[in-house]
Amino acid sequence: MSASPKGEGRAADYFAGRALVLVRRRLAQALPVIVLILVGNFLLLKLAPGDAVDAYIATIGGGDAGVIARLRAEYGLDQPAIVQLGLYLWKAIRLDLGQAVLYGQPVLTLILERLPNTLLLMASSVSLAFGLGVLLGVAAARRVGRPEDTAIITLGLVVYATPGFWLGLMLIVIFSVKLAWLPLAGIETLASTLTGWERVLDIARHLVLPTVSLALIYVAIYMRLMRAGMLEVYGLDFVRTAKAKGLTDDRIAWRHVLPNAILPMVTMLGLQFGTLLGGSVVIESVFSIPGIGRLAFESVVNRDLNTLLGIVFMSALLVITVNLIVDLLYAQLDPRIESA
Amino acid sequence: MASRSRVTRRTVIKGALGAAGSSFIPGAAFAQGKRGGVLMVAADSEATNWNGAIAASNGVFFVTSKVLEPLADQISGGSGLKPVLATSWTPAADGRSITFQIRQGVKWHDGKDFSSADVAFSAMEVWKKLQNFGRVVFKDLEAVETPNPQTAVFKFSKPIPSQLILNALPALSTVIPKHLYEGTEIAQNPANQKPVGTGPFTFAEQKRGEFIRLERNPNYWSQNQPMVDRILYRVMADKGATAAAHESGDLHLSCFSAVSTADAVRLSKVKGLSVSTKGYEGILYTCTVEVNHKRKELADVRVRRAIRHAIDPKFLLDTVFQGFGAIATGPIPASGAPFYTTDVAQYPFDPAKAEALLDEAGYKKGSDGNRFALKILPAPFFEQTRLTGDYLRQALRRIGIDAQIETNDAPGHIAKVYKDHAYDLAIAALVYRNDPAISTTVLYRSGTPAGVPFANQYSYVDADMDKLIDQAASEINADERTKLYVAFQKKVMTDLPIIPLIDFPFLSVVSDKVVNHHNTPRWPCSSWADVSLA
Repeated sequence: MSASPKGEGRAADYFAGRALVLVRRRLAQALPVIVLILVGNFLLLKLAPGDAVDAYIATIGGGDAGVIARLRAEYGLDQPAIVQLGLYLWKAIRLDLGQAVLYGQPVLTLILERLPNTLLLMASSVSLAFGLGVLLGVAAARRVGRPEDTAIITLGLVVYATPGFWLGLMLIVIFSVKLAWLPLAGIETLASTLTGWERVLDIARHLVLPTVSLALIYVAIYMRLMRAGMLEVYGLDFVRTAKAKGLTDDRIAWRHVLPNAILPMVTMLGLQFGTLLGGSVVIESVFSIPGIGRLAFESVVNRDLNTLLGIVFMSALLVITVNLIVDLLYAQLDPRIESA
Repeated sequence: MASRSRVTRRTVIKGALGAAGSSFIPGAAFAQGKRGGVLMVAADSEATNWNGAIAASNGVFFVTSKVLEPLADQISGGSGLKPVLATSWTPAADGRSITFQIRQGVKWHDGKDFSSADVAFSAMEVWKKLQNFGRVVFKDLEAVETPNPQTAVFKFSKPIPSQLILNALPALSTVIPKHLYEGTEIAQNPANQKPVGTGPFTFAEQKRGEFIRLERNPNYWSQNQPMVDRILYRVMADKGATAAAHESGDLHLSCFSAVSTADAVRLSKVKGLSVSTKGYEGILYTCTVEVNHKRKELADVRVRRAIRHAIDPKFLLDTVFQGFGAIATGPIPASGAPFYTTDVAQYPFDPAKAEALLDEAGYKKGSDGNRFALKILPAPFFEQTRLTGDYLRQALRRIGIDAQIETNDAPGHIAKVYKDHAYDLAIAALVYRNDPAISTTVLYRSGTPAGVPFANQYSYVDADMDKLIDQAASEINADERTKLYVAFQKKVMTDLPIIPLIDFPFLSVVSDKVVNHHNTPRWPCSSWADVSLA
């Protein structure tokens, strides 16, 4: 601290203080949101016909009344719904997510096992979508109205309108079945003994197709947003000034227009995060990746309340955290924005 | 009397599959592949619990039948049974006991000796008390005596049909180790997640959502078996991706229709792959229209017969089932020897007759052309049941029944049909388990409490039917018992409480590299000790 010039230190302190207030305010807002989400999901799943025992009995091809009654008692499903909700919330307060009905494992273990895969897939595909979106958006804006612009927009629209599972399957057919360049399923080679960099490389190879499939769907949104933002900023006075100064087109585009047009993209990044958690159900299924999306899907289909609420709880935390980070980023990118 | 002419029954392989069928070179079935290699198998779901003694289910056996073994497994022909952990069985003439000779020199995967005590423990504590079907089959089992480690004598409280017990052995007699389960909460025992058995493979590792790894058991009791070093089940949730994995060579085998019927037809033409409907004779499904007799229209047998006459099973078989199956003649499939009979009432496709029956029952067409409306709930578990629902809707509209489809997910369907009875018609795939008393007669016997699925939740009550079923369940003479089940089939097809349509097997896709496959009636649920890779 003492080494830094006085003025700068004060600015940093001010920012840190503001960030702290923001974090505290957001946490206070998040708490009722999480409770609402938990209660809402509990009720939704209770309203759906059938329970975990019905689902389980269906998978084992039936059973007699005694077996069914024993299972219901075992899962606590013989209690009235309000008692079940109370018990669940009481456990949630103590951060005990309970036991997964589906796999007979603690929910927390199950989620922590799957979370890294989903985060890895999401981080790589969001980065790819964001990066490609910026590049294509800038390119389209700089050639607005010309054939290149139309081509980029049309291509984006086509990919956006393509169902994710189909895109994934087509990539599998081309790159795994026909060309045999990339593995077609899983997050890494099954039961492999690879370690260190070899394992990292193996995972990276497995991630290529799912990442591309997931990213392609979102690229269009980022690209359109970037293009619109760029065009808006191009019309502002300071751009004319920059041109008048004799700056190159490249410099104007990348150093002057882009930084001022990127804010909506960051907003989108925060919003997309939640969607990506859901969007990955399809991609995780097609590519056989053990992730949170598939787990959530399986727990709904099996009426596994504990697992589902555990996932919702974790996802809510994740989305709230990411949005907090986005808000902090705003303040960094554009000091005019108060972190409200 | 000469048996009546049967509705065309076709072998399960047709058209496009002609090519696939020919890849079953007769000699290949007995070929000896090399020792070693990793067998790559697709698993489309993972069981909650791997204890096959508690959850007697094909989905569980698909994996655990390689690890845990039954007393005997099913083979085609002869007695229909192949000795596994039991080497012989002798029912007493009075029907009150069965003596099993237990295989010697068998060890559990953890090195402990296997003995008749394990059999006694499994039977009394697990099959009889906890198993989904064993509670019915073994309900009169009083004690299992073990005079020595090689003998287990099953004692029953009253005379029971030994035929039923023997027919139940392949699916309901999985033996689990007493030393790991005794004195514990059996349903919660950690060994249910990592089973320890006597089988040709050990349960080595499972990563949920990813894979299950089984390793060769070097101390397996059958000399020189198993042939492969490892079985790796890859968990694949998507049927399209499973088909792609077959094409790329990443998979050797998928069972239980892990690819769609359309993809199976396509893959059967791919070099190096074949599609098999063999190996499922012992676990055939019958696509059946379930009927809610609480609807007054449906309580009338003429209406139920009209519905059957309105359906063209040949068309259904050719389109929905792509020829993989056979037209059902009754509640027991043709492979259900010795019980199966064709001497039952026939209902040829005849919409005009269907309309006449409905008129006769008093349901004339209204001004809008409709007689009454019905809600159809197709079971969501199978592609075939969903599509049959679509077909039935059209077939019924043709005869003036305004049918609507309602779809639910699995637990929703189970609750609506079998618990809340909130349906008029439902489309089910009901499995025949080698003896009518295991899971077939329960579909027709009255008195099942609400909430028990795949049972009579149809409000069908018939005193004669109940009597017939009860008589057969306690008849100890095998021939007499068979006769009673023949009468049962006739009664079912005359009363038509529910309407059997198509008997269908699952499909397997298998690489030509696999040797000795689909050679028993419930092959996906067998031990695979003889399977090898060329």
